[in-house]
Amino acid sequence: MSWTPKTWPEGLRASMPLALPIAAVGMSFGILASPLLGAVAPILMSAVVWSGTAQFAALSILIPGGGIALAASAGLLANTRFLPMGFAIAPSMTGGLLRRFFTGTVLADASFVIGHRGGGRFDIGALAWAFPVQWLSWVGGTVAGVAGAAAIGDPRRWGLDVFFPVFYLSLLLPELFPARAPRNKRSITVAGMAAAITLLLTPVTAPGVPVLVAAAAALIGLRPPRQPNAQARTGDEA
Amino acid sequence: MKTWILIIALALGTVLMKTIGPVLAGGRQPPAPLTRVIALVAPALISALIVTGTFTDGRQLVIDARAAGVAVGAVALWFRVPAVLAMIMGGTVCALLRLAI
Repeated sequence: MSWTPKTWPEGLRASMPLALPIAAVGMSFGILASPLLGAVAPILMSAVVWSGTAQFAALSILIPGGGIALAASAGLLANTRFLPMGFAIAPSMTGGLLRRFFTGTVLADASFVIGHRGGGRFDIGALAWAFPVQWLSWVGGTVAGVAGAAAIGDPRRWGLDVFFPVFYLSLLLPELFPARAPRNKRSITVAGMAAAITLLLTPVTAPGVPVLVAAAAALIGLRPPRQPNAQARTGDEA
Repeated sequence: MKTWILIIALALGTVLMKTIGPVLAGGRQPPAPLTRVIALVAPALISALIVTGTFTDGRQLVIDARAAGVAVGAVALWFRVPAVLAMIMGGTVCALLRLAI
């Protein structure tokens, strides 16, 4: 059902416009990573990890001298969002265990959006077929970045180190201020707390530690949200 | 060697997080408080990474050309400029400032 010829070309088509921006971000990853990790590792990482957020997070721990364990933790924490996303698409899935597993592995942020059909339903065919274009442009971009890194030299000279925070901002802003919903007050609070924790801890802890402690700001989610939300939902956002 | 461990850990961990839901499936959700915490990890972590990439140099807090570049990128993103273009704008401002200083 979910893999019929009707739905899969849509995923492929919907993912086409992503090719260029993804390749560009992949390229900046290759440029920034290769001075530290060599030529092969960044490309292999893009091929098997295939997650810009995790790769940039790990790299931004490694660059100032943080260890492998901290870098891996930061990278994986950056990807914890895939847990709820996986549970969100699961009810729309059909087929056996293996098929569900492999469909899960090709999940990505943009695919999640492409496959979303509203009301918690997902077109799994469209979601899964958004994968090839995104994977190819991510890995291809990384290869181009690694190849060009030698010519480019110190990434700082070109302001490429600013690519990290701006890339993260492009993920954070839509989360805090969604286009078609009221702003996300709780996420804003958590983001502010995390920023403050990072500033406070940076001078007194090893590189990478502040980021991990700051992630604990998410624990305020244990408290149930206040109720007025229920009223706001029926209201006037159009 | 350590780099390979990092790659394997990131790859396996990412696949694990993506597939737990689909494999357990059945439409069952994790407990509500856990879901709320998980949903908030991303903004917390991303915000911390922005601060680290903008205002820190090793263990020092600094305000340098990066702050100006990130500010330009933030304004661009606010006005819905595509992410890649905002990155290039921020990087350009930062690079020019470094040339000037």
